[in-house]
Order: sequence, then C-alpha cells, then structure tokens
Amino acid sequence: MKLFQHQPELTSLSDRPEHSPESPLSVHSVTVAYHEKPVLWDIEYEAPRHSLIAIVGPNGAGKSTFIKACLDLIPRATGLVEFWGKSYRDQRTRIGYVPQRESVDWDFPISAEEVVCMGRYRKIGWFRPITRSHREKALECLEQVGMESFAKRQINQLSGGQQQRVFLARALAQEAELYFMDEPFAGVDAATERSIVGVLEQLKGEGKTVVVVHHDLSTVPEYFDHVLMLNARVIASGPVREVFTDENLKKTYGGRLSLLEEVGEAIARAGRGVR
Amino acid sequence: MSLTLSSPSSLVDLSFQVPTISAIFSVLTLHAGYNAAIVVVGTTLLGVAAGIIGVFALLRERALMADALAHSALPGLGIAFLVGTALGIDGKSLPLLLCGATLFGVLGTVVVQLLSRLRRLHEDAAIGVVLSSFFGLGIVVMSIIQNSGSGEEGGLSHFIYGQTAALQARDAFLTLGAAALTVIASTLLLKEFRLVCFDEEFARSDGWRVSRIDLMMMTLVVIVTVIGLQSVGILLIIALLVVPPAAARFWTERLPVMIGVSAAIGGVSGYVGASLSALFPRFPAGAVIVVVAGVFFFLSFAFAPARGVVALFVRRFLLRTRVTEDHLLRELYERLEQSNGDGDSLLRIGEGSRVVSLPELSTYRGSTPFARWLHRMLLQQKGYLTLTDRSTLLTERGYLAAARKVQNHRLWEEYLLTHADIPASHVDSSADLVEHTLSPEVVEKLKRKLRQRGTAVPESLHPLGSAFEREVP
Repeated sequence: MKLFQHQPELTSLSDRPEHSPESPLSVHSVTVAYHEKPVLWDIEYEAPRHSLIAIVGPNGAGKSTFIKACLDLIPRATGLVEFWGKSYRDQRTRIGYVPQRESVDWDFPISAEEVVCMGRYRKIGWFRPITRSHREKALECLEQVGMESFAKRQINQLSGGQQQRVFLARALAQEAELYFMDEPFAGVDAATERSIVGVLEQLKGEGKTVVVVHHDLSTVPEYFDHVLMLNARVIASGPVREVFTDENLKKTYGGRLSLLEEVGEAIARAGRGVR
Repeated sequence: MSLTLSSPSSLVDLSFQVPTISAIFSVLTLHAGYNAAIVVVGTTLLGVAAGIIGVFALLRERALMADALAHSALPGLGIAFLVGTALGIDGKSLPLLLCGATLFGVLGTVVVQLLSRLRRLHEDAAIGVVLSSFFGLGIVVMSIIQNSGSGEEGGLSHFIYGQTAALQARDAFLTLGAAALTVIASTLLLKEFRLVCFDEEFARSDGWRVSRIDLMMMTLVVIVTVIGLQSVGILLIIALLVVPPAAARFWTERLPVMIGVSAAIGGVSGYVGASLSALFPRFPAGAVIVVVAGVFFFLSFAFAPARGVVALFVRRFLLRTRVTEDHLLRELYERLEQSNGDGDSLLRIGEGSRVVSLPELSTYRGSTPFARWLHRMLLQQKGYLTLTDRSTLLTERGYLAAARKVQNHRLWEEYLLTHADIPASHVDSSADLVEHTLSPEVVEKLKRKLRQRGTAVPESLHPLGSAFEREVP
C-alpha cells in the first residue's frame, strides 16, 4: 500500500475540480487495486451529457474495472465518483448496466422475458410480485431489440447475439438516464450489432448518456461521439474527432505497432480521417 | 419409539420380515399409530422444505456450503451437551442441542467465507478444510463424552446418521413451522432470490443489498439443515438439499415449476423413506430417504421429457433420421434428373425409369448397416419405395416427396444466394442445415419472394453429386 502514500493531493478536497451537477459522470482521482497491484491509476474523467462514449484500451487496461469501480461493484483504493454531482447511492435509480455476457450462467432456468423483467425489479420493490404492466414494459423492451418472438424462450436456446440483446433489453427496462455497457459488441452477429447501434442512437436521441467498453477500434468513429482511451491511466479523452488519433492510439496500445498499423489501415479504409 | 411394527430382530439375525399388505397400507395412510404418523408427516414436511430452499442453494452455488454447515454442527452438539451437563441442565434437551448445532454450523460457514476471501483459497478447498476439521473435532468431543461414562450420551451419535424414529410431535410441529416459513419466504422473495442467483453483479448495480438477500436465503438453509439433523443426520442432510432440486432441473426450464417439482420429489422421498423405515426397522430412515431421492434423481436424469438423456437421444436420433431420409430422397431425385434430363420431362416418364439402386447412393453408402436397413424400411413404410423381386422402385408418392424436398433445398439455396449474400461455394452446406426444418408456410414465403420461374423445381445451383461426395467420409 506504499504506492498510495505519496499522493496527498488525492484526498485534498480543495484541489478537486468543480464538478458540475450537469455532468452525468465525474470520476475524480480514482485508483483501483487488485490484490495490492494497481490496475487503475488516478483516473480523472468527466463524461459529457447526451453522448455515446467508447472506452478503448488493450486487454488488461482496466476498462471493465473502470465501469465496476464507478458502479461500486469493486472497492476503490482512493477517489470519488459522482453522478450529476451526487453519490452513486443517491443516483442509482438513474443508472443502468449491461454486464459482460459471460458473467452469468446461461443454463439458468429462466426465459428471456423473465430476464428483462429483472430490469423492472427496483421499480417493483421488495417482496412484491411482478405485475402485468411491468411484464408489458419488458415485452416492449424486447421488441425494441427485435427479440419479441423469443420472449418465452429459455435463455440457453438463444444465440450469443440474442443473449446480448436480452441483456440490452433488460437495461432498457431499467429506464435509466446513464448506461454502462461492458463489451456489448463482443462476439455478436451482424443483426445484433445493427440492433445495438440502433438502440444506442435511440438512447442518444432521448438525451441519455451511454458509456460502452468497446474492442473494435475500426467502428469507434462510426458509432461513438466521445472516446476515453485507457491504459491503467487516462491516455486521452474527448470528442472522437479530436482525440482518436494515431498518436494517442500508439500511446494507449504501447508497443503493439503491428496492431496499430492494422487499425490505422482499417480506419483509412473506412474513409474516416484520423488526424 | 413404539414405531416398530414388527418385533425388532436381533443383531445376528440378518433376515427381513416382510410386512403385510395391511401394515404397508396403515403406514402409508398414517394409521400405524400416532408416532409412526408423526414421523412420516415430519419427514415429508422436511423433504418439502429442503426441496424448496435447496433449489435456491443449488442455483446460488451454495449447495456444498450447506454440507459444510451440517458437518460443522457436530462439535456444536457435543459441546452443547457438555455445557448443559456441567450447568446441571438436561444435556440432551433438544433446544439446547439445536442451538449448539446452529451456532457451530454458522461458525463453520463463516470460516469458509473468511478463508476464501482473505487468503485467496478456492471455496471448494476452504469447504473441504472446514468440513473435515470441524467434523473431526466433533468426533473427538463425542469420544470425550463417551469416555466420561455418564451413560447419557447415547442419543447424541444418532445425529450423525439421523434417527427418524426418535421424532416427536413437537419436532413435527417444528418441521411444519420451518416448511411454512420456507414456503412463505420463497414466495415473497422469489423475485429477489432469482435475481441474485442469476446475476449477482447486476443485482448489486441495480441497488439490491445482495448480502441481505443471501442472508435470508442462508438462514432458511440453516433452519432446514438443523431441523433435518435429527431425522436425516449430519452426513446425509445435504442430499435432501441437493438431490431433489438437481432432479427437478431435468423436468423444466422454469424456476417456479422447478421449485414445485423439487418440493414434490423431496416430500415424496421423505414420505416413502420414512414409511419404508417404519416397515423395515432395520433400515436407518435417513439413508432410506436419501436412497429414494436418489432413485428419483436417476429416473429424472434418464426419462424426464425436457432434459432427460433418453429424450435427448430420441430427439437427436429422430432429427438424424429425418435428415438422412431427406438426403436419400434428394439424391434419388437428382440422379434421376441427371439421367433423364430436366425436371419437367421426368413427370412424364413411366414407372420403369424410376428403378433405383439404393446401394449406389452415396448417402446410403455412408450409413451403418443398421441405419441402411432402417432408412429403407422407413421409406417403404411411407410408401415411397416398393420392392419387387429384382429391383427397388421409387413410387409416384416417393417421387413427389423427393421433388418437394429438392424444391425446398433449391429455394433455400437461392434465397441464401440472392438475399443473404452467402457465396455459392458455401450455400449448399448452409442450405442443408436449414431445409429440414422448413415449414410449408416458410416455403410459400420463399416461393413468393423468389418469384417462381415456371419450373416446379429450380435448377441446381451447384454441380450435382458434389454435395454427396463430400458427405462420404
């Protein structure tokens, strides 16, 4: 724990930049350690409103950890996370979450509709049964991701992409204003990718903010407005047009030049300029 | 202890006394005396309660934790007895013993949690350590009690294997209370339990106090386990928590149904097990109950229609048979097509030109002798083939069926090519996967979509024969 001793400014409230209550997510001086080894260092980030934000970075850069630390799912060594200027506990009814698909057992005895209903649970509250209106809302959300005909299906009988869409529908059922999505595009089919992009656009249209851990660098400029480039530290953050540059990518992905060249080419092919 | 219906046999006598029909009937209908009825009702209720809460323990992957809990209870029983005797209270008073059991059981699970959290020990290893060392401690305490020669310890060792016959009315009421509590809590908390069992992380992000929900779930597990110690015993109580839910899983994909089935299997196991042990006093009831539950498990594993292995094999076999049949008919058709020109002219040719030789077909060659025989019989059965003394004929009906299959296949291929951008080199195998499941409505839709070009069957899009050569190993 020696690592954190020489950072007195971390705890000094006076040094803290003013967080506007407008910003859906402000992360201040967050450090996270697994078994004494820090995976996120002194993260400083303020998410803009009404935007689609991609978090990119190499494997092990702490992208999922970042989301989990924001959501209080793992303990932070230091730092502060605020949502619209308040703590997570105060604001969590305004926050939705799509975990990684691999994080659950898909052989669980449950139907797609019942999974989506889970998004309604906090509105239903302790001990109360799921009412018809909540079930209808769940069906509506399944419809939004094009899965209404699979409502009664046991989730194990769905393809990976369909399972991902069920998770997305569950988050939609939460009716949040800020969403965190952990690799929603990982290993999905083209139909699902289109469906997710459609949902992202729709959420943005409704004035919501979505933070997405994203692996496919070539689609970043197409799908997102803002980017947070992460490799244990914040390498860069801001509008994709300004920040998603070759130089920053090199910094983010370290020595992996071959990969970077590949990505550069992919971006060039897509016809989207990278400064 | 007046449960025994037949006179207790001596230790050397290994023969069983076969109970009379009327004895069986009176036990099963709870007319074999007050005590026997109490025992049967008590264990049935225990089975129901364990069956219900066991579903959640299983889905939450806490089933082994319940085993650690039960084993850790043994030193608690012994120490409670010693403390009670030292204080001058009756050491064998049940509330005292159950308090000791609960205390140590919970202590054991807490140690498991601490070990796996603090020192990065895997949970299964932590459970193994705690379960065995607590149980060992319990055995040591028991032997101390036995050697103290108070002569009072006799009842304690029954907790290891359980002694159903010792159940009294108040135990049955206790079990009734536990069962009622389990039913009510599981109904009220079904949504919360389902949530943490399925996706703990989401539950926490959604603002649920997962530790609180877990605590309620584990409290029910503790209650059922401790109450079950007396009748089923430390070693086997885990079976009542795990076996009925595991068996129930084979019957359904729905959680409420699974809970119901599990409760039923648990209840029937308790009922049948307790009845059997009333009829055969030689059998320890706990073991009989668990064996009955085990029989239910294997029956479910084998024969449950939803997920049982027999059903699985039957479904697989039927699909394979249908696919092979489709392939046979298609190959027959395509061979006739090749030798007779286009599809239209085929409609006009007579019976004689439909002589077919099954062994020539590559689909047929690739099958085992049994499968060949089976497919030929099936095709004959459906009236697609007739056998004359010298040759095999494709009947009118068989010909039309084959034409339909080929049409479906080519329609689907064409759809894939024109609408799904699948390259022609891959289209045949993709089509193979789907065409066997095409419904007539889908075929109609395909037809409309592709605007039939006037022929009954679209022409093949790939060289004929290639599809089959590939399938021969």
